[in-house]
Amino acid sequence: MLIYTLKRLLQAIPTLLIVITISFFLMRVAPGGPFDGERQLPPEIEANLEAAYHLDEPLPMQYLRYMGNLLHGDFGPSFKYKDFSVTELIMQGFPVSLEIGGLAILLALIIGLPLGIAAAIKRNSTVDYLVMGTALTGIAVPNFVLAPIFALVFGVLLAWLPAGGWNGGALPNLVLPVVALSIQQIAYIARMMRASMIEVLGSHFIRTARAKGLNEGEVIFRHAIRTALLPVMSYLGPAIAGIITGSVVIEQIFGIPGIGRYFVQGALNRDYTLVMGTVVFYGVLIVLMNLIVDLLYSALDPQIRYDD
Amino acid sequence: MRAEPGMTTTIKHLLIAAGCAVMTLAAPLASADIEGGKQVLRRANGADPSTLDPQLATGAWESNILVDLFEGLIARDPAGNIVPGVAASWERSDDGLHYTFHLRDDAKWSDGEPVTAGDFVYSWRRELSPQLAAAYAYMLFPIQGAEAINRGDQPADTLGVTASDPHTLEVTLARPTGYFIDMLGHPSTFPVPERAIEAHGSDWTKPGNMISNGAFELASWVSHDHITATKNPEFHDARDVALDEVRFLPIDDARASLNRFRAGEVDMTGSLPLGRIEWARENLPDALHETPILATFYFAFNQRPGSVFNDRRIREALNLALRRQIITHQITKLDQPSAFSLVPTAISDYDGPQFDFADQPMAERLAKAKALMKEAGYGPDHPLELTIDTITNPDTKRIPVAMAAMWKPLGVNVTLQNSDAAVYYAKLRQGNFQLGMAPWIADYDDASNFLDLFHTGVPNNHAGYSNPEYDALMDKAANTLDATARSHTMAQAERVLLDDYALLPLYFYIQSGLVSPRLSGWEENPMNDHPSRWMHFTQD
Repeated sequence: MLIYTLKRLLQAIPTLLIVITISFFLMRVAPGGPFDGERQLPPEIEANLEAAYHLDEPLPMQYLRYMGNLLHGDFGPSFKYKDFSVTELIMQGFPVSLEIGGLAILLALIIGLPLGIAAAIKRNSTVDYLVMGTALTGIAVPNFVLAPIFALVFGVLLAWLPAGGWNGGALPNLVLPVVALSIQQIAYIARMMRASMIEVLGSHFIRTARAKGLNEGEVIFRHAIRTALLPVMSYLGPAIAGIITGSVVIEQIFGIPGIGRYFVQGALNRDYTLVMGTVVFYGVLIVLMNLIVDLLYSALDPQIRYDD
Repeated sequence: MRAEPGMTTTIKHLLIAAGCAVMTLAAPLASADIEGGKQVLRRANGADPSTLDPQLATGAWESNILVDLFEGLIARDPAGNIVPGVAASWERSDDGLHYTFHLRDDAKWSDGEPVTAGDFVYSWRRELSPQLAAAYAYMLFPIQGAEAINRGDQPADTLGVTASDPHTLEVTLARPTGYFIDMLGHPSTFPVPERAIEAHGSDWTKPGNMISNGAFELASWVSHDHITATKNPEFHDARDVALDEVRFLPIDDARASLNRFRAGEVDMTGSLPLGRIEWARENLPDALHETPILATFYFAFNQRPGSVFNDRRIREALNLALRRQIITHQITKLDQPSAFSLVPTAISDYDGPQFDFADQPMAERLAKAKALMKEAGYGPDHPLELTIDTITNPDTKRIPVAMAAMWKPLGVNVTLQNSDAAVYYAKLRQGNFQLGMAPWIADYDDASNFLDLFHTGVPNNHAGYSNPEYDALMDKAANTLDATARSHTMAQAERVLLDDYALLPLYFYIQSGLVSPRLSGWEENPMNDHPSRWMHFTQD
C-alpha cells in the first residue's frame, strides 16, 4: 500500500507539469493583459510595469523563470494584490474555504446519505418522490439565487443570523454560507446514493444474504450500504477538492475571505501569477483527493486490494 | 423589521418555524455603532484594496482608506473643498511655475516623528522611480524633470522638488498647471515613511509595519475580510476626530452591501443594486443619497483612418437620434442628467458649452438625423452596419440594446459585442472597435481632466480623435495662468470638440449609496470623497 501510494504520488508529477505548462501558455494567449484597464497608461509607465514583472522577457524565458521559482515554492507576487504574494493569499484564504467547504460536505453527507438510503428502501413511495423532488429542486436552484435569498430572509427580514461577514469564523456567521453551499451537495449525494442503493439491493449477494435469513436491517446496514457507498466515494474526491477551494458566489454574497474568488478574479484581471498559483494548488488537491478516495475504496470493498 | 412586498403570511410563518432551530445557534447580533462607549464606523467599501501603498493604489475603494490613513499637502472637508493638510499654507510665483509650501509644525507620523518637507521629496522621487512602476506616476508629470526620471533618462535628484528647510517644500513645475493644488488631494502624492519602507520593503503596508500620518492608523488587515483603522493620537487634529475606529469591509456585491446595511451590519455603502433604487427611494429615504459626481459615461467613435466615423454627418446623426432621458429613466433608472457635452456640469470653475441641439424637440432632431444619414449614403434600404462594444456586465449591456432600437429608423443595423474588461480595454487600446463605451471618472476637479482625453495621441484618446485646432486651444489653456482665461479657452476647445461631434456622451454619473441617518459629518460632494475624520454618530 505504501509503495502504491508513493507510485501514485510520483505519477502525479508529470500530470501537474503538463497542467502547469498548458495553463501558463493558455493564460498568455488570452487576449488582454494585466495592465489593460479603464485608465490606459502612458507608454513609459507601461514599460516600467512590464519590466517590474519580467513581462518584457521572451515567453519561454518567462516560463523557465516561473518554473524555477516554483521549484523553490515561490508562486511569485500577485499582479493585482500588490501587497501580498500569491502564497500569502492562498495561505490566508484556504483555511477559511476549508472550514466552510468541509462543514458543507459534512452536512451534505449527514443529510444526503440517509435521505438517499431512505428513498431507495421506500422506492416509488411518497418518501421517495418527496426526497427526489426536493433533491431535483436543490440541484436546479443555483447558488447565486439561493445565497442572496438566504441573506435577505435570515439576515435582514428575520434578523436571526448575520447577513454576511466572517467575524473570525464565529458560529452564527458560518450557518448561512455553509447551508447555502451544502444544499446542492445534499441533493447530488442523495440522488447518487439512492441510485447506487437500488442497484446494490437488486444484486445477487443481497439476495443471498436475505436467503440466508439475515434480517433486513442487517442486510441494509452491514452489506448494502458499504457497497453502495463506492460510487458516492468516487464522486466525493473531486467534489471535496472543488468545495474546499471555495465558491466565488458564496464568498461574494456573504463576504467570506476564502480563495474561491481568486480563480475567477485572477483570470478576469489577467493576474497571471495568481491564476497559476490557484491552478497548481487545485491540481495538487485533486491528485491528493483522488488518491485518498482510492485508498478508502479498499477499506470499503474487500475485493479491491492494492498489493505491494 | 420591514417585510418584503409580496411575501405572504404563510411563507413567513413557515420561515419562522424553520428558523427556530437555527436561532438557538445564533448569538445576539451586534448592531451598535457605539460599542462599549467607542464610536466605530463600518464602511462597505466595494472591492478589496489591491494595495495600501498610496503610491501604487489606483482605485477609488483604495482612496477611501488611504485618505483616512494618510494626509497629503492638502486635505478635503466634508463638502469636498480644499483645506490645509500637512501644508498650513502655500504660495505660487507670478509665472505659475513655482510653489512654496509651508508645512505645519505639528504634523507627525504615527510613530511620533515629525512629517518634514524631506518626506515629500523622498516620496515623490519614489513615486517616479521606474523600479516602483507606479501606474499613477503620471500625476506628478507636471513637475520639472518628472517624466524623464520616470523614463529612466534622468537621476531622481534632478526632480524639481526640494526641501529648503524641514518645514518648507519648494516645487518647480515644467509648465503652469492650473489644477496642481487640486491634484495634491490624490493619494499618489501623499507622503510615505522612508524608514518603514527601508526596514520592511514591500511589506511596509502590513499592520505593525505601517507608519502613517493621517487621522487613523492601520490596526489590522485580512485580505477580503476587513481593514481596521484606529484613531491616530499623533494626528495634528486628533482632538477633533470623534471616531475611535473605522472598519472597511470589502463587499463587492451591491446586493450584499444593501442586505448588510439593512441588517445593521454596516453604516455606509458606496453603491446600490440597479434594480433596487426605486425600492430604496421609497423605503430608505433618510439613508439614500444620490450624488452627482464628476464622471461622464460616453461612447467613443473610432475615428482612425478607414473608419465609417470619419464622416462627421454620421457622428452628428447618431448623437441627434439618441434619446438620453429614456436610457437614464427606464434603463439605468437613476435619472442621471443627460450629457450633451464631455465635461460634467458639476465641475468647478468651468462654464462649458453643450451640443446645439440639446434643447430642440425630438421630432426635429430625428428629421435632421435622417437627412444627415441620407446625405452620407445610408438609410433603411441601405443600412449602416455597426458594432457596439461593451464590457460584459448585465447593467451596461442593456444600454446599447436601447441605442440600437433608437437608431433603427435611421437605417442603422447594430451588432452588440461584449467582452470581459481586460479584453475590452485591449481592443480600445488597439483601436479594434467601431463604437465603444468609455466611462471616465475624474481624478481631480478640473475640466482639463476630461478635455485632455481628446488631445492628439494621448493614451486615453480611445477615439483616435485628432484636430489641430483643438490641440492648439488645449495647449494654450495649459499655458494660461489666469484661471478665468484658462477656463474660457478650455470652453472654446470643448466647443470645437462638440461641433465635431467627436464623441457620443450619454449621461453624467449619479453615485447612489446609503448612509446611516445617525452618522453626522457625511456630506454629498462631487468628488465623492468622504474622509472619516469628520464623521461621528449622534446618540439617537
